[in-house]
Amino acid sequence: MSNTINGFLFFGAVISLLGYELGIQLKRRFKSPLFNPLLISILVVMALLSIFKIQYEVYNQSAKYISYLLTPATICLAIPLYRQMELLKKHSKAILAGTLTGVITTMVTVLLLAMVFGLNHQEYVTFLPKSITTAIAMGISEEMKGFVTITVASIIITGILGNIIAETVCKVFHITEPVAVGIAIGSSAHAIGTTKALELGEIEGAMSSLAIATSGLCTVVFASFFANLY
Amino acid sequence: MRYLRQFSIILFISLIGEIIHLFISLPIPASIYGLLLMLIGLKTKLIPLNAVEDASMFLIEIMPVMFIPAAVGLLDSWGILGSMLVPFIVITLVSTILVMVITGRVTQFFIRMDKKGKDDDHE
Repeated sequence: MSNTINGFLFFGAVISLLGYELGIQLKRRFKSPLFNPLLISILVVMALLSIFKIQYEVYNQSAKYISYLLTPATICLAIPLYRQMELLKKHSKAILAGTLTGVITTMVTVLLLAMVFGLNHQEYVTFLPKSITTAIAMGISEEMKGFVTITVASIIITGILGNIIAETVCKVFHITEPVAVGIAIGSSAHAIGTTKALELGEIEGAMSSLAIATSGLCTVVFASFFANLY
Repeated sequence: MRYLRQFSIILFISLIGEIIHLFISLPIPASIYGLLLMLIGLKTKLIPLNAVEDASMFLIEIMPVMFIPAAVGLLDSWGILGSMLVPFIVITLVSTILVMVITGRVTQFFIRMDKKGKDDDHE
């Protein structure tokens, strides 16, 4: 099967998009956060690859062209941010406090759980940058000699989980200020979470975009300090 | 033509981001430099909002699907986890939820404090 599909340049891209479309339809029908289009599309593609014994490389040869636009798309997050500039200035203190709290909470949680599980130093530092955008986190994990592949896996699962639970968590814990919702999502679930924040509203999306950059940069600063603690 | 020019500007900023990334040896990706450059460009009116807005909105709308390939790649990562599987799952789940709740509540607390302070000023 892989051999035939190897020749198709659009196979991987098409099954990814169809999986996403299926997710959108299911969500419309069932209205449960579990029917998350991103999650559904990932599971559909994984199932198809496993059933038809198609190697990931073969799929990715085509699908990688979807990811090619990730850098330009991230840059475009500046647009909602620019439109909400007044709000950003008005709440700069709250935003800064929230972002710093988020970065420190991630690291303290990882530190405590690493102690609970008795992880070694290399395993511990692997998880320190888990809540920030992949490209920054890979650099940090590499520098601290963590397992970069596991860092990336943790980041992706963090993002998808954040995307799925964001609405419910904010409702249950009474996080209702759009600025706070955005900072919460961006700090905990980086760009993948941010796509959910953008669905919730422009303010949420703008603040979540901001948090990708600020919490990423703060993590660069704090990670080496936390790495020395355990 | 409108979309072509907008897309060109966005890709051009991506390229500048890559160039900056090449020269500064920090673990900061081209996309973050690009985001900051775009924001500065908009703020200084060097890039008018309507020169990039439509193409940007399109890219942002299709952004979720860009994460599918990397996530499907997790299929190959399960093997590496081995004995770390349980800590991996617990750390990933617990920290994500905790950070979301605490960050949201703290930010909201400061926003409401600000609002209260301002209301008091008016009285």
